[in-house]
Amino acid sequence: MSKVRVLVGTRKGAFILTADGKRKRWKVDGPHFGGWEIYHLKGSPVDPNRLYASQSSGWFGQMIQRSQDGGKTWEPVGNKFVYDGVPGTHQWYDGTPHPWEFKRVWHLEPSLADPETVYAGVEDAALFRSTDGGQSWQELSGLRGHGSGPRWQPGAGGMCLHTILLDPSEPGRIFIAISAAGAFRTNDAGQTWQPINRGLRSEHIPDPTAEVGHCVHRIAMHRSRPGVLFMQKHWDVMRSDDAGESWQEVSGNLPTDFGFVIDVHAHEPDTVYVIPIKSDSEHFPPEGKLRVYRSRTGGNEWEPLTKGLPQADCYVNVLRDAMAVDALDSCGVYFGTTGGQVYASADAGDSWAPIVRDLPAVLSVEVQTLS
Amino acid sequence: MIRIILPPHLRTLARVSGDVELEIEGRVTQRSVLDALEARYPMLRGAVRDHVTQQRRPFMRFFACEQDLSHESPDAPLPAAVASGTEPFIILGAIAGG
Repeated sequence: MSKVRVLVGTRKGAFILTADGKRKRWKVDGPHFGGWEIYHLKGSPVDPNRLYASQSSGWFGQMIQRSQDGGKTWEPVGNKFVYDGVPGTHQWYDGTPHPWEFKRVWHLEPSLADPETVYAGVEDAALFRSTDGGQSWQELSGLRGHGSGPRWQPGAGGMCLHTILLDPSEPGRIFIAISAAGAFRTNDAGQTWQPINRGLRSEHIPDPTAEVGHCVHRIAMHRSRPGVLFMQKHWDVMRSDDAGESWQEVSGNLPTDFGFVIDVHAHEPDTVYVIPIKSDSEHFPPEGKLRVYRSRTGGNEWEPLTKGLPQADCYVNVLRDAMAVDALDSCGVYFGTTGGQVYASADAGDSWAPIVRDLPAVLSVEVQTLS
Repeated sequence: MIRIILPPHLRTLARVSGDVELEIEGRVTQRSVLDALEARYPMLRGAVRDHVTQQRRPFMRFFACEQDLSHESPDAPLPAAVASGTEPFIILGAIAGG
């Protein structure tokens, strides 16, 4: 019998939600690390009981926790993130140079092949890798040092590397995204990088089509078609059919093309989900209606999914790492809100129900499909 | 024997309850106390002071004998009552946030 395990990071701890394949009755376990910010936790695709969690605090800094039993018990591992060489400067909000300073880990991405290898996307933006199960971390400094780093600048949430996509078809190919620098790709496992932002247009930077400086909120891919990428940018939903070499806007009939999350159906590479947010100055759903939008055509044509979601007086946000899909035959879709709700759909978005309603603000949602 | 009082989150992280007691060889200073604390509880490295610069994290404070010692030199001797174990060395998080 299949089951699913939903890993939820919140402002005040981590929660693990489990159900069988019907996804009707849920067990809620937590909080783990109560009182700490859990930006992200994720399991190894090779060993699903191997979980990694980013635990941080304004007082005590960054911790990395590791579980070997699916989240029942945890052990702290290495938390020393030191930039390679002289860190240099990036742009501050006012355009002046500002030294690179480590603040926290936003995203942990376990290797597709080795449970001991895990990548960490951090603020100030850089990519680190551990090959010993999180005990020690080394920066893949070719990204930060490839040349445009001094022109990167923080978004409102900080200058964070928040998205790491590992290409299942080409082990050396990795896509990452940074707010507000843009998207980057390596073809050689992180030695060298190139910006992949051609086709993006951002009115909040002096040159709207600049090589870097775009506030990319999230990128998603389907593992069967890794050359096709979908992006939720600060404004605009975008698509690339050539591994990021060029992008086309696919916002189509969305009520607003601002938002944070984007994800792809587990079995249908052209079925894409977004949650439109009113604007960059009003981070809540338009008209107080929480609607997931689904495209079955790879963008441009979108349908609202509302059954079971609040359609009045809803003013939560859904943050960039807070949507995920499971891999059961009827694809499950999950997202968490800043109001502490985690919603689940067991029918690819046609209908929704909350798993829990009153968690702390949700920062991230990941799903494991377990056999 | 030096007595150290940790903030609750760090007690949880280090899996200790109550005060921590440590033997310090040589001079008893902030640095020697923190060196011994981190040697006994490696998971606390980086939580009280920076891994590389060894500077106190901005929202951490050090109190002892009703004094705020946060801004003292890390190599200054701690009060004799701390060195003798009569009074604890208190590590706490500043009141901020929620």
